[in-house]
Amino acid sequence: MAHERNELQETERFQPPQTRRDFLGLAATWSAIVAFVMAMLGAMRLPMPSVFPESSARVKLGRPQQFVPGSTTYFPNHRLWLFRNDGGFHAISSVCTHLGCIAERAEDGQFHCPCHGSRFDAVGNVKGGPAPKGLVWAELSVSPEGWLVADTLKAVPCGTALKA
Amino acid sequence: MPTTETRGERTNGEGQPRRADPISPLREFGRNLTTTPRAFRDSLVRHGKVTSDRARSQVVFTNFFLHILPVRTHVHSIKAATTLGLGIATLVLFVLLCVTGVLLMVYYKPSVDQAYASMLDIMHVVPTGRLIRNVHRWSAHAMVACVMLHMARAFYTAAYKRPRQFNWVVGMALFVLTLALSFTGYLLPWDQLAFWAVTIGANIAQSPQELTDALGVTGIFDPGRMQKELLLGAHSVGQEALIRFYVLHVIVLPVITTILIGVHFWRIRKDGGLVRPQAADTIDSSAAPRSAAATSPLPLKTYGLMALMKDRTPAVNREMQNTIPTWPNVIYVVGAATMLTVLLMLVLGMAFEAPLKEMANAAVPENPAKAPWYFLGLQELVSYSAFMGGVGIPAVVVLGLALVPYLDREREDAGVWFSGARGRRVALVSALFAAASVLAMLWFTVRFGWLRNWEATKKVPQIVITFFNPGTVFVAFFALWSIAVVRVTRSTRLGAIALFTCFLIGFVILTYFATVHRGPNWDFYWSKADWPVH
Repeated sequence: MAHERNELQETERFQPPQTRRDFLGLAATWSAIVAFVMAMLGAMRLPMPSVFPESSARVKLGRPQQFVPGSTTYFPNHRLWLFRNDGGFHAISSVCTHLGCIAERAEDGQFHCPCHGSRFDAVGNVKGGPAPKGLVWAELSVSPEGWLVADTLKAVPCGTALKA
Repeated sequence: MPTTETRGERTNGEGQPRRADPISPLREFGRNLTTTPRAFRDSLVRHGKVTSDRARSQVVFTNFFLHILPVRTHVHSIKAATTLGLGIATLVLFVLLCVTGVLLMVYYKPSVDQAYASMLDIMHVVPTGRLIRNVHRWSAHAMVACVMLHMARAFYTAAYKRPRQFNWVVGMALFVLTLALSFTGYLLPWDQLAFWAVTIGANIAQSPQELTDALGVTGIFDPGRMQKELLLGAHSVGQEALIRFYVLHVIVLPVITTILIGVHFWRIRKDGGLVRPQAADTIDSSAAPRSAAATSPLPLKTYGLMALMKDRTPAVNREMQNTIPTWPNVIYVVGAATMLTVLLMLVLGMAFEAPLKEMANAAVPENPAKAPWYFLGLQELVSYSAFMGGVGIPAVVVLGLALVPYLDREREDAGVWFSGARGRRVALVSALFAAASVLAMLWFTVRFGWLRNWEATKKVPQIVITFFNPGTVFVAFFALWSIAVVRVTRSTRLGAIALFTCFLIGFVILTYFATVHRGPNWDFYWSKADWPVH
């Protein structure tokens, strides 16, 4: 292999020792650069939202009495499946954890995402496909006025049920 | 000091006022008025008629817009085979996109309630709206294609060698910017295609969570979520995302791109023009340009127009032999490339309609939701692992490409396609190897599935799949192949050719595969005719 001799090797043969002046100059220059970079990063604080437009992450689903034990109800606007059985209520998000497509629920309760074929069992655990984790269980609660409320941004462990 | 005879001089040589000139001030004013057009022209174009080489030099040297070009250009640079005109085509497409883009901005409204309706207006109501929008769309696709082809040309002619290494890096930045411009523009029509493509893109931005989850640190360090929130301004694609993408697409990215284009061209000047092989510099009278009709024989006088350039040896008189005046020869070549590009885009704009599906509907995902063609290869990889296909492998590829000039420092044969016969052979064999390995992996994956489909490995943790999936397997094959080439041929340049060719062929095959053979549910189909009808 033929290479050109690295020019840097030639200049590095002699370098005078760094003086105080050199050091102070470097320190000043780097201070200025760091200050500028910090200012740019500070400016980037603006596009990082503190308040989200979906402040309605908490959604009213209805009165608990509306849902018959053994029922499953789908809320398309919130992409949420609500289940009621003897153990109580639980809600599973239908948003696939791979890339955000809506997973469809089959008759037997299993979920199947059309985009890349991710499969989830009836409680949302991953059974196949590229999804990295199970479907999110949304936190359920009852509001003071007696409404069943789901928080689509708060996840609870799989198996958590709300008794109401 | 003789007194001047110029009209309007009010003093003689000693600064004393002159006696009244025979022509009265009023008549002089009249004469000034009538000769103003010519005087204006002469003040605008100060080099006079362009009939001498000196005047040709002046045209380029003193013009604000043209002085990025050198006064004399090497004949090698304007040969079609040198560059295939791809750099100029890319630039022209960018300008065309800016022009059609501004026109579209007159009617497009970046609001979720009005975006789609304004698109329908543009397509059906606005005069020439359909043509302008179609040209904009096809120019965008063409620009991405030209950028990639230009990169391949620069790579295969080794245009990244010293002193051009940093210009290659600037070019990589422009490549990423082109893709970003295309991606941000994609959302603006607010149709189903746009909405779901960006939903997927934002979730890919969130995919570093695969790694932070595996390490268990997502609670305290979640760059995935931060990236997604920065892009969307929310947790899902909506008005915030639309306005952010609009701002990026119409001002932020175009300004950065324009600045970098300036740097890119400036660097070409300072590097001594486009890369050319040593053979192009030899004095060869038969290489005298036949097509440069406006050239004259070597000037008899030197004019002191100098340029500072980096080269290996002083070029006294030698370079002049193979150069031609930039004006008008290079202007002709650039003009021809421009006209051809614009013509092609107009024809495409008239013949093919840019797609516009139904209005975005968050409740109904597209099936299959396919990205534009330049991202389809990635989409195939993303179907194996969101992080690796969307973040990991692209980052490795972009970083690897950017480092090429620093990893391959051999100086010979810059400017020669494939660096000669050996390089051609290496490229061919690498292409065959890459084709074979990619097709084999695809066949394997379609036929047998991957880890989660097999009983023995059903429950394997996600992190294993992230690092061991068909995408990472390709990359490993390519890396091993190039290392083998470097060792066998004892040349980093040939190793670089091997690696680049592998990725190029891989990209082409994956793009073809995802376009033709992936249907609903991302299942394998032999053709679109086999897709289930519902």
